[in-house]
Amino acid sequence: MIRYDLIIIGAGPSGLSAAIEAAKRGLKVIVFDENAKPGGQLFKQIHKFFGSKEHKAKIRGFKIGEDLLKEASDCSVNVMLDAVVTGLYLDKEVTVKTGAGIRHYKADAIIVATGASENMVTFEGWTLPGVIGAGAAQTMMNLYHIKPGNKILMLGSGNVGLVVSFQLMQAGCELTALVDAAPKVGGYGVHASKIARCGVPFYLSHTIIKAEGEQYVNGVTIGEVDSSWKVIPGTEKHFDVDTICLAVGLSPMSQLLKMAGCKMRDTPGGFVPKCDKNGATSIPGIFAAGDVSGIEEASSAMIEGRISGVATAEYLGFISKDEAEASIKKLEKALFSLRQGMFAPENRGKAIEKTEEGINVSASLLKNGFVEASEIERFPGFTKQKGLHPVIECTQNIPCNPCQEACPKNYIKIGEKITSLPTLNEAGECSGCGMCVASCSGQAIFLVDEDYGPGYASVTIPYEFHPLPAAGEDGRALDRSGKEICTAKVIDVKSKKAFDHTHLLTMRVPAEMAVKARFFCRQEGENE
Amino acid sequence: MSKIKDRLIDMGEFMPMPGDDMVICRCEEVTKGEIRKAVHDGMFTMTEIRRYLRTGMGLCQGQTCGGLVKRIVAGELGISPLELEPAASRAPMRPVEMKVLGNEIKEAQ
Repeated sequence: MIRYDLIIIGAGPSGLSAAIEAAKRGLKVIVFDENAKPGGQLFKQIHKFFGSKEHKAKIRGFKIGEDLLKEASDCSVNVMLDAVVTGLYLDKEVTVKTGAGIRHYKADAIIVATGASENMVTFEGWTLPGVIGAGAAQTMMNLYHIKPGNKILMLGSGNVGLVVSFQLMQAGCELTALVDAAPKVGGYGVHASKIARCGVPFYLSHTIIKAEGEQYVNGVTIGEVDSSWKVIPGTEKHFDVDTICLAVGLSPMSQLLKMAGCKMRDTPGGFVPKCDKNGATSIPGIFAAGDVSGIEEASSAMIEGRISGVATAEYLGFISKDEAEASIKKLEKALFSLRQGMFAPENRGKAIEKTEEGINVSASLLKNGFVEASEIERFPGFTKQKGLHPVIECTQNIPCNPCQEACPKNYIKIGEKITSLPTLNEAGECSGCGMCVASCSGQAIFLVDEDYGPGYASVTIPYEFHPLPAAGEDGRALDRSGKEICTAKVIDVKSKKAFDHTHLLTMRVPAEMAVKARFFCRQEGENE
Repeated sequence: MSKIKDRLIDMGEFMPMPGDDMVICRCEEVTKGEIRKAVHDGMFTMTEIRRYLRTGMGLCQGQTCGGLVKRIVAGELGISPLELEPAASRAPMRPVEMKVLGNEIKEAQ
């Protein structure tokens, strides 16, 4: 039997964060993870995160993972990989499979941070090779550099489905359609818009009827569903695809907590332990942090982990109650700000019709994945003016403000409330540096000059596809729906370290297209 | 053990349905029809279903099919899946070879 002060199960965002906070306060900590690499899902996340500075906004997920690992090793946290916790028993004893044997470990406190697993849905042919989870697709692409397929249909319009769809396109896959049985796009509108303007059609209120193929997927049939989720006859549509990617939610992997005897509750979001606000379960000394206690984002999992790390230190007497409360209060504030806005946990499933500013939300965004030209003008970030200026197509209240921080001229304003829609300061001006464009995790900021020489306008877009077009290249401009609207000439492609792999492509389009052109498509083919 | 106390739920006769041949538990190759039939045979809880059909007893330990089986059973009983308690969780939590499970390594700290 090997003894520690604290055993943490899971070396993902919440487990590592908990380990760091506990180790900093003097606890002897060990973290077990069944995977060969630490970091949980963080190293698959190649997109920039939302939030504010304290939530590590605009930093890409894998970089956050690297920073977290470094922080953990700096406080001498012991992370044991390929270590499968096979059981959690009375008196906080765990059995761990490492190599070809089982070892017993015991601690005075346990934090379970085992995360979640992907949900599946069934349809005819769902067991055919070629039907994969979105997480599997991400693992293949972003960890092992394998293209999951060539022509892909994505089921699920939550953030996972949207983010993975974009990444699939970045990896060179063709995204044939994005399908969701719900009538509205579930994830952030800005994530949806990134895909829509590349020309991906959205089929909301649709479901997969059948995956076709004998040995593997070579097609799919979808159909429209009515309000009771039944397929409406005659609405069937067929696509030739070789891969069907499922992003239909996650379920907490809470079995260890149940085994330990923690009080559990069954919710529509999964089987979760009953916890207090610090993650303490019904068994003193056993805590739960991150997705295992309820599905959220990695950003909130990291804060939850830190809170339970502090709470554990207090539970074991390493710090005083006052000290713990002071630390937790700060963390709670950060967590609170992440749980604001239209996508806040308490708004799940609610139909939101107006923004916090009282502006009608875009109906097209929720149905088609993009804001119609006729709708965009009512949002405060969209302006028409003389000279170069940012156009911010941010239309939903989400907790995110890197654009405000990025502007060296203080031209972009979000204000105290992190969920407010960005506006432009009246007196300000734009230097054209492009920092806002690169810093927007939703890729929703463009620089527009409506008067770029006679009859022309210039539009600068964030661009994250390879190979990069070169200045002077001719192509076509696409509108927000991905429709070709005019010819476009690339006049500049900026790649700077500060942009963190988001390239700024400036294209010249006919003047009247300045309000519409939002993507560039190369001459020879799709965005490859 | 289960919130289902009523053992006399009348769900009518077992009627074959389209989709009954669809595999739900991939590890143990159990079909939707077999699960539905098991409910009609009197298996009302997830634990009973698991013992009867071995659903969720394979390599993935119910990670994939757990929710799916629950929905089918609940649908057959005419109740919400939330009223069905998940099957018991017990060690080993992940599939482990017997020779590994029996190989306890004791070491000095």
